[in-house]
Amino acid sequence: MFDVDGVRRDFPILQRTVHGKPLVYLDSAATTQKPRQVLDVLMQYYAHGNANIHRGVYLLSEEATAAYDGARTKVQHFINARSHREVVFTRSSTESINLVAQSFGRQNIGPGDEILITHMEHHSNIVPWQLLCEQTHARLRVAPIDDHGELRMDEFEKCLSARTKLVAVVHLSNSLGTINPISQIIALAHQRNVPVLVDGAQAASHMPVDVQAMDCDFYVCSGHKLYGPTGIGVLYGREALLDAMPPYMGGGDMIRSVTFEKTTYADLPHKFEAGTPHIAGVVGLGAAVDYISGIGFDKIATHEKDLMKYGTAALSEIPGLRMIGTARDKASILAFVLKGAHPHDVGTILDMEGVSIRTGHHCTQPVMERFGVPATARASVAIYTTRQEIDQLVYALHRVRETFPL
Amino acid sequence: MSELRELYQEVILDHNKRPRNFRELEGADRHADGYNPLCGDKLAVYVNLDGDVITDISFLGSGCAISKASASLMTDAVKGKTLGEAQQLFERFHRMVTESELTTDVESLGKLAVLSGVRDYPTRVKCASLAWHTLRAACDDAHELVSTE
Repeated sequence: MFDVDGVRRDFPILQRTVHGKPLVYLDSAATTQKPRQVLDVLMQYYAHGNANIHRGVYLLSEEATAAYDGARTKVQHFINARSHREVVFTRSSTESINLVAQSFGRQNIGPGDEILITHMEHHSNIVPWQLLCEQTHARLRVAPIDDHGELRMDEFEKCLSARTKLVAVVHLSNSLGTINPISQIIALAHQRNVPVLVDGAQAASHMPVDVQAMDCDFYVCSGHKLYGPTGIGVLYGREALLDAMPPYMGGGDMIRSVTFEKTTYADLPHKFEAGTPHIAGVVGLGAAVDYISGIGFDKIATHEKDLMKYGTAALSEIPGLRMIGTARDKASILAFVLKGAHPHDVGTILDMEGVSIRTGHHCTQPVMERFGVPATARASVAIYTTRQEIDQLVYALHRVRETFPL
Repeated sequence: MSELRELYQEVILDHNKRPRNFRELEGADRHADGYNPLCGDKLAVYVNLDGDVITDISFLGSGCAISKASASLMTDAVKGKTLGEAQQLFERFHRMVTESELTTDVESLGKLAVLSGVRDYPTRVKCASLAWHTLRAACDDAHELVSTE
């Protein structure tokens, strides 16, 4: 049995109030809160174990190195990568995508080639490819979505051409909640020998990620959406691909030897980790994936599915509310617009009732355009979310209706 | 909800629902587009001038209640004023919505004073000032898109 009250006790921030009301945090899609288990590890690291990693011959450095490398192994197991060499730490999902665009992309994509994305991508899975297209004269193609926010698979397949050199697709849409049929997408691309990058920033805290079963070529995710610290991201890459790719940034820690004439690069994954990394962030991320694994995705998914069902039904009772994103396979995201009330006004009024949601375009402007709305209001659920909090959201939405009557 | 009543006053809700001067001025002497990339609010301001007197002004666009009401109230407030007077009004308005303690003589701002509650919502200040930035761009005859960022 999933003990949501026990989980909530792990998150100190959930005890606070905003504007004199208990905090109802429904913006976990933007960033999740952090459990004590992660906070304690960060504190312990800085208070007790802080040292720079690799090459230090003293105890503290050895301990820090072990903690850093140990966290990599935890992340490796969390996403079921074959080897720790396939797990690269970056600052964010965004940086992971940029790394692939600039390293893999510039090496393998040329004039007239095509990069295929979908209409529901986050700006971070659009703009790095546009930059690459400007640099290489490649072309960005966009597979359409339907009115429910589902990828149109027939159209997607048609968009795959002899010129397609990479598919980059979101696993779980941050503005619609759509879960893409990722295995099917990858199978279609692989039939044409096209590698696939999966943007898992939103997905990784809601469902198990198995990069081998999925058979993706790159997978990216972010620590801060996984109950871990901000400023730490993950890039999974198939070893053979990462091996063949040139470094993204040069600097310390990514070299084997340096002379003014010739520099040779370190082995994977260090080749892609120039400079002192975010050691505390990595150690904190290790604690976060331990925390999630300790609860287990079976329980997480059951709990969150219940909340989605409950929330979808409750929101449909609000007069003039239209859900944006009604895919059959959906998680975490309840996005909507309210007739007669702009999402920003909704957000401000909800905030006064203690309810934190996100309003705006959610870094998916093409999605807003597709649905003909300037912005949406988005509530998102996580492991610590309760039905009572959904009730509080609904209560606050009725207050919005009082201020902005139909 | 008392704080909220202060932000969403009747006058604001009324101007949101029935914005004044909400149309395009065909063949306007001046025109500029304003955009807030953070929230996607977009509006266009049209101005007719006689010398430096604003003889007519209108706006079109979409946005939250604060930005729409602010644009509507602005058009009423600056009609008949000189460009210099409109600029002074903007400066006083801007001070009113940004200062932490209210020291502006809100009486002198007339109906615009209903937006003084915005200063308690820092993220919403840009909503209230978008129309004014756009008006200034129109008066400066800048043709590029004005952005709050």
